[in-house]
Amino acid sequence: MTHRSSLSKARPETIRPNTLWLLGPAMLVLIIWTQIPFLLTIYHSFRRFDLLNPERQGYVGFGNFVSLLTDSIFWTSIGNTLVLVGAVLVVTIVVGLFLALLFYQDFPGRALARTLVISPFFVMPVVSALIWKNMLMHPVYGLFAWAAQIFGQKPVDWLAAYPMQSIVAMVSWQWIPFALLLILTGLQSLSKEQLEAAKIDGASAWQEFRYIIVPHLAQTLSVVVMLETIFLLTIFAEIYASTSGGPGLATTTLPYLIYLKAFAEYRIGVAAAGAVFAVILANIVAIFVLRLIGRNLQATKGGMG
Amino acid sequence: MRLWKALLVGTGLSLSAALAQTTITIATVNNPDMVTMQKLSGEFEKKYPDIKLNWVVLPENELRQKVTTDIATNAGSYDVLTIGTYETPIWGKNGWLVEMSGLPASYDLEDVLKPVRAGLSYQGKLYALPFYAESSMLYYRKDLFAAKKLAVPAQPTWTQAAAWAKQLHDPSKGVYGICLRGLPGWGENMAFLSTLVNTYGGRWFDENWKPQLTSPEWKRAISQYVELVTKYGPPGVTSNGFTENLTLMSEGKCAMWIDATVAAGYLANPKTSKVADKIGFAKAPVAVTPRGAHWLWSWALAIPKSSKKVDAAKTFIAWATSKEYIELVGNTQGWVSAPPGTRYSTYNNPNYQKAAPFAKVVLESINTADPTKPTLKPVPYTGVQFVGIPEFQAIGTQVGQFIAGIVAGKTSLDGGLNQAQTAVEKLMKEAGYLK
Amino acid sequence: MSEGKRVRWELTLLAYLVAGVMFFPIFWMFLTGFKSEGDAIAIPPKLLFTPTLESIREALTRSDYAQHFLNSLISALGSTALALLLAIPAAYSMAFYPTQRTNSTLLWMISTKMMPPVGVIIPVYLIFRDLRWLDNVWALALMYTVMNLPVVVWTLFAYFREIPQEMMEAARVDGASIAQEVTRVLLPVSGLAVASAALLSIILAWNEAFWSLNLTSAHASPLSVYVASFKTAEGLFWAKMSAASMIAIFPVMVMGWLAQRQLVRGLTFGAIK
Repeated sequence: MTHRSSLSKARPETIRPNTLWLLGPAMLVLIIWTQIPFLLTIYHSFRRFDLLNPERQGYVGFGNFVSLLTDSIFWTSIGNTLVLVGAVLVVTIVVGLFLALLFYQDFPGRALARTLVISPFFVMPVVSALIWKNMLMHPVYGLFAWAAQIFGQKPVDWLAAYPMQSIVAMVSWQWIPFALLLILTGLQSLSKEQLEAAKIDGASAWQEFRYIIVPHLAQTLSVVVMLETIFLLTIFAEIYASTSGGPGLATTTLPYLIYLKAFAEYRIGVAAAGAVFAVILANIVAIFVLRLIGRNLQATKGGMG
Repeated sequence: MRLWKALLVGTGLSLSAALAQTTITIATVNNPDMVTMQKLSGEFEKKYPDIKLNWVVLPENELRQKVTTDIATNAGSYDVLTIGTYETPIWGKNGWLVEMSGLPASYDLEDVLKPVRAGLSYQGKLYALPFYAESSMLYYRKDLFAAKKLAVPAQPTWTQAAAWAKQLHDPSKGVYGICLRGLPGWGENMAFLSTLVNTYGGRWFDENWKPQLTSPEWKRAISQYVELVTKYGPPGVTSNGFTENLTLMSEGKCAMWIDATVAAGYLANPKTSKVADKIGFAKAPVAVTPRGAHWLWSWALAIPKSSKKVDAAKTFIAWATSKEYIELVGNTQGWVSAPPGTRYSTYNNPNYQKAAPFAKVVLESINTADPTKPTLKPVPYTGVQFVGIPEFQAIGTQVGQFIAGIVAGKTSLDGGLNQAQTAVEKLMKEAGYLK
Repeated sequence: MSEGKRVRWELTLLAYLVAGVMFFPIFWMFLTGFKSEGDAIAIPPKLLFTPTLESIREALTRSDYAQHFLNSLISALGSTALALLLAIPAAYSMAFYPTQRTNSTLLWMISTKMMPPVGVIIPVYLIFRDLRWLDNVWALALMYTVMNLPVVVWTLFAYFREIPQEMMEAARVDGASIAQEVTRVLLPVSGLAVASAALLSIILAWNEAFWSLNLTSAHASPLSVYVASFKTAEGLFWAKMSAASMIAIFPVMVMGWLAQRQLVRGLTFGAIK
């Protein structure tokens, strides 16, 4: 039993509604469209199911998993996924932290400037991929190519020469606002007195940052890292619309590989085996996030029985 | 979409007759000829007021993916599919397509080019009607060649082509020596590269389905290609497919381009090309053997078994591939733009002969492309620029990515081809071709 | 003091500069949408040009743009309405009648949001096919509902929890049914929470591309699919592409500006307040 307040304890049990009717529909929708499909994914991962060869179907044991694990493409895609997530995390945290400190200051026109900075987060991923691919990075007509020419450099075909770096830049541009917003929110609970006291003690700006701000932001930063990881692990549209996983395998991430196996190679079984790995990978991070959210829930509930 | 219609009806914008219409959904590719078809489809709707057309126009790779997924899962989103000589026999065999029988006498099936009809049949049954057909050939800029005193023979060789590319490459003037496809995809860069490998004496598989991607012939062909596009090609080759190269060539940015013959009408048309009067036409270059040096392809229209509107779909397809439609394009867009490669009557038409200086080369290329003998050494498959097995979409696209990786400098030539060989062997083993 | 001011002035300039750099690609796209195709690929890039509405008109006439826009609207608004319908009772019961399982239920709901869509795309695709739901805008809306439900439930729950129990008690004493209690008392005081949850849900659904690319093919394709069909250069129709993109992102960007603050709470599930 819970105790929200003495009042709620005094409430007669009879008028306690049947919460099943209130909670049930939402639970049911989530179970039907997330849990059951995942069980089906596991089922398909043990079967051969080639759309283009309808007659070749059946149980193959761990065949699909073996096929994946012995495929260098699979390991490359895992590597690419980790590189993409890792690099974007570093960029967004560093830049986001810097921008948060900048926008923590009070200056005229701050609200407008902040609104402009966070705008990329609301741009459709497909659109941002096209803007970057064409108008910025196009080797002949792109702005970067033009800038290179001004400085007497040879224009670079970014997406071919530095595909992963280009994708990282593109995705970071979209996710810096997210990191910035979260860190800014974290900064707002920083106590002004503490900073004042440090100033009076003659602390330098660096010491302030190192010994007061960073420790204060520890939890915020860990949340940013974990949530971004979960969202970034599923990056798809940006790659689909810009490089299609290439050139070579340079930008084939795990979600993109699964998509290719299912909808370009039409090998449903192998794709399902890949999907099982994707879920495992996401769960490793999700467990930590859920722990943290759970702790927060407990803390605000004043001790659950 | 019913709601949309209901809204229109509700606002009194549409006649009640609109609700009695059959709407058919057509999936097609964003090539210029199909865009023209979309533009002219108003004529069809005028002629058949009870049929409404709904278009889905996609880039080639995406179209193929969507259409294949749709038909393989029997999803039934489309009534008319734009497919080619690769898919038609395979899908016909699987029983996925509606047979193209019972056409009116006025359609004159005998007028359709024999090799093109054969390519769209399985066991003597026709499963798609050709919208246009093509081989591949060499386009070059007569003015640039003349300025360097270079002459192009009727049958050029790859050695010559490489030398010309080097001589004519002048990026400071915005002209690149040679434009070639680099966009990964079995129907994009691999269509061209398969013909290159063929003419260098190579093949996709030996008689026992063992992949040959690391053979000396493949290495020679691919290294020739990589050298050409990286040294004398435009920047960003790996994102250039057919349509992108068509733009580059018509903007006057390429001295040479080897690609589909269907581009000829676009390049020679002053309305769509800045260099219309300067384009020369020759056969696709050869190296060791003429076998498989130019491809055979037709973009054709077919009806999936899942369609609920077979009659309306057939009516549309018969219209879009008819003599009447070719006349319509000729009279409205100019004869140079008439859909090529499908009908003898087009090539016997004095209007077309006058407007299309390239007609002879195109017809000859189509008639001499032999999908049943595509390579110097024997092979277990048919198809010049593809391998006629269901797995080839996956294989071709994957290999296309590896080759784009070589062009982009992500891997060495040997490294990339070794990776490709391993990947293809794996696929062929798992598909049961190899023990 | 004067020194402090100078630093402030420099920092202010820096902040403006950063804002400009971050916003620049969007600005450039808006600009390009008003150019002719020739101006769009001009080198050097043109900041000054004669604006034209030609590209916007062209984008709107190609491939039934209105239909795609309508699909985006239906899938985003439909899914949001459905998510609210499911989430309000759920959040209400968890906030006002918590049991020992409430916390774990909430965490489980949040955990479904962390499941990567590729993990379930294959069965969902096959189920949709068998139900004849592929290329159906309402079915797409259902998937978006599933995607956003945890966020909406959490946002509402966090807000409802702050509402004093006594307020609801008062209504109950007057003999109101649960439905009346929710509609007459709860929703009027929590309008802001519902609005912010709705905004967030609309933004996420509008911009989504994985489900829409894989589950729609013609009639039901929203703007994300339409814009993706510009993915090849296709003769460099940048002005048209920009015009199409511009109209696609504008409504949601404005919503995003309005929902800046709520975004943090909603997307972090209260881990950052």
